[in-house]
Amino acid sequence: MLGEGIIKGMGETARNFLGSYVSKKRLTTLQYPEERAPQFPNARQFPFLVYDGEDPEQGLRCVSCQICEKECPPKCIYIVKSKDKRVDYKGQMQFYPATFNIDISVCMSCQICVEVCPFESIKMDTEFELSSTDRFAGLLVRKPQLAKSNDHYRKIHPHDAAESDAALAAEVAKVQAKAKADAEAKAKAAAAKVAPAAPPPEATLAK
Amino acid sequence: MPLTFTIIAIVTIACAVAALSLRNLVHCALALSGTFVGLAGVYLQLGAQFVGLAQVLVYVGAVSILVVFAILLTRNDQSTDALFSKATFASIGVTVAVLGVLIWAIVKSPAVKKTLPPAPAPSVKSIGDSLMTNCVLPLEVMALLLTAALIGAVIIAMQNQSKTKMEDGESKMDKPSEPSSILHPPSSQGGSK
Amino acid sequence: MTEALDQIFVTLKHWLVSLCPAEFQVLASIVLSVAPILMVFPGLFALVTVIERKGLGRIQNRYGPNRVGPFGFLQFVADGIKALIKEDVVPRRADKVIHFLAPLALVLPCVVVYAVLPFGRNMTLTELDAGLLFFFAVGASTELAVFMAGWSSRNKYSLFGAMRAIAQMISYEIPLILSAVSVVMIAGSLSLPKIVAAQGTYGGWLPDWFVFTPWGLAGFLLFMIAASAESNRAPFDLPEGESEIIAGYYIEYSGFKFALFFLGEYLGLFAISGLAITLFLGGWNAPLESLAWIPSWAWFFTKLIALILLFIWTRGTLPRLRQDQLMNFAWKFMLPLTLINLVAAALWHYIPAGFTRWFMCGLMVVGPYCLLGRGIAGKDKTSKRVYRFAD
Repeated sequence: MLGEGIIKGMGETARNFLGSYVSKKRLTTLQYPEERAPQFPNARQFPFLVYDGEDPEQGLRCVSCQICEKECPPKCIYIVKSKDKRVDYKGQMQFYPATFNIDISVCMSCQICVEVCPFESIKMDTEFELSSTDRFAGLLVRKPQLAKSNDHYRKIHPHDAAESDAALAAEVAKVQAKAKADAEAKAKAAAAKVAPAAPPPEATLAK
Repeated sequence: MPLTFTIIAIVTIACAVAALSLRNLVHCALALSGTFVGLAGVYLQLGAQFVGLAQVLVYVGAVSILVVFAILLTRNDQSTDALFSKATFASIGVTVAVLGVLIWAIVKSPAVKKTLPPAPAPSVKSIGDSLMTNCVLPLEVMALLLTAALIGAVIIAMQNQSKTKMEDGESKMDKPSEPSSILHPPSSQGGSK
Repeated sequence: MTEALDQIFVTLKHWLVSLCPAEFQVLASIVLSVAPILMVFPGLFALVTVIERKGLGRIQNRYGPNRVGPFGFLQFVADGIKALIKEDVVPRRADKVIHFLAPLALVLPCVVVYAVLPFGRNMTLTELDAGLLFFFAVGASTELAVFMAGWSSRNKYSLFGAMRAIAQMISYEIPLILSAVSVVMIAGSLSLPKIVAAQGTYGGWLPDWFVFTPWGLAGFLLFMIAASAESNRAPFDLPEGESEIIAGYYIEYSGFKFALFFLGEYLGLFAISGLAITLFLGGWNAPLESLAWIPSWAWFFTKLIALILLFIWTRGTLPRLRQDQLMNFAWKFMLPLTLINLVAAALWHYIPAGFTRWFMCGLMVVGPYCLLGRGIAGKDKTSKRVYRFAD
């Protein structure tokens, strides 16, 4: 009958109206500045540099290899390598970036810098409230702002952080195993030297 | 009160003069609506509520719209004639002469000398009563006339529409045909109603 | 005590007038009668814009404005300030005089029309003998303002919107007036206070409001539909067409003139709701005799707010009607129904009270509704589409 659809429609909207006061399903709005929607696991905005431990200068993983600078499509990364070296997490002497700037007005969040980094040192952050009143200097992010702790990385991307930690631990284990094997070989060589020169030199060749 | 009447009269005459002399045709139509409102004011001031309000309803509400639609459909906005022409003075003279003769005739006639009976308070009820008893024949004739006009308008519009449908598609584009198709739904649904 | 509360505004006005010197008393009386209307209804307009936005928001599963003021109820202040400080852009080729006068020509009739509405017992501004005719006459003048707005902007879309709006308003005036005429027939007067007085009795368990009769109910529904069409409100807001031709006939208006259009539209809505209340819902009468201690003006405004909420609810529910659907609806459905309603009302008057007249009049109203409804609904039967190449 004519008018039936209208009555049903009015009933539906009335249900919506009254339900919006009682149930969350009928009022799904998030009041933005006070409440934020949870980020997806793969959310990404702009890159940041990871550091291990407490000291952002000392624990910075980046060794200033400048691969990300070269691979970045819009060339938004600017790195100045340091003149001296310092010890990294594996115990080896590495360079470190004296200056590391990313221009986030240029960055297109393509994540290529993250993909090519061999040292698990540059990762994607999820922070998006980066508006500034200064169009140029306000959007140039420097090393002190870029360096964020590994704990932060674990919080925002737990799965990726676990993978990254595992990769680094594997590296460390490899280095340690190599060092142990070297030490063993050295000990064996020393032992062989002390002992009579009878044992054949193949022992030194064995790794 | 003479003050009220003076104001209403000035407004009416000013709008009427504007309706005659403005260059833009739409301005003239709107000034004409102003004249209608002024006339309604005169009726209301005389105490004829029903007539005054019917004047507003019919003239300002409907006839003005009609005039405006007619202007839009003929698209003749700007008049290029000069305001005053050679014939102006002659026509003013003739008008003054005719008006003078009429006023003299009215003043001299015995109708003015009769004392007017006290004006009855015309209530709507009395108008309705007299419409249904004394004036029922004119009422019915007017109703027939209006119905005939309505049917005639519909027939003419329908013919117009079927003619434009048969013509080439281009001729429909330079003629603003929305008013006729708005007032009368497409004949595919209406048929011969 | 309740009498005093009921007549509190009237006594207040009389007292204030008596304070003035004798030669100014007429003027003071006029000013003191008009000023409350000019304060209350624009205030109600401001409140209703916020309530409408919040109500529509809740219907659409979201919050309405809730930042300005407590729960967003000061939003109209922000809107007002915005409207006042916006630049007033007039198109270069626009007809400046008419462009300026159009908002005024819209708002003036919408305000003048409140002069005949009875807001409470003895609270009508002017008790005209032909009050209803005054209402419709002045209401019809708004169409000219719509045309002025559309024409003066020299904008094809604006003119389009204006033409559609005028066609719509003219078409729906006839069902509006005819559904009111059935009330006039039964009440026997065009004067609005008399129509309210005719609904003041309480026969049986329902008050004697006209809406509780078959022809009255039909008349009320037809009146409300025609009223929403007259005010260009959803589902009849094609001339405004917010998502199609942006603002229709007031595209080229910005700032305060736009605010005036908005004001005029809402004031017209309140006025026509007030008329619906007066004609069908018993005006300022209470629904039950036991509740008559609540002041009459309180009842009027309660009913007014209820009708406004109904309009808001309808706006949030129904999709917009297309122009030809609109016209079809007015001329082929509503007009015959209003004419039949007139006959039903006359039958009601002549058949003595009892079950017979309910049955007869009910049949007269419901029967054509179903038949016409079937006729209209069956027109647009579309068949299943056949594709030539895709399958």
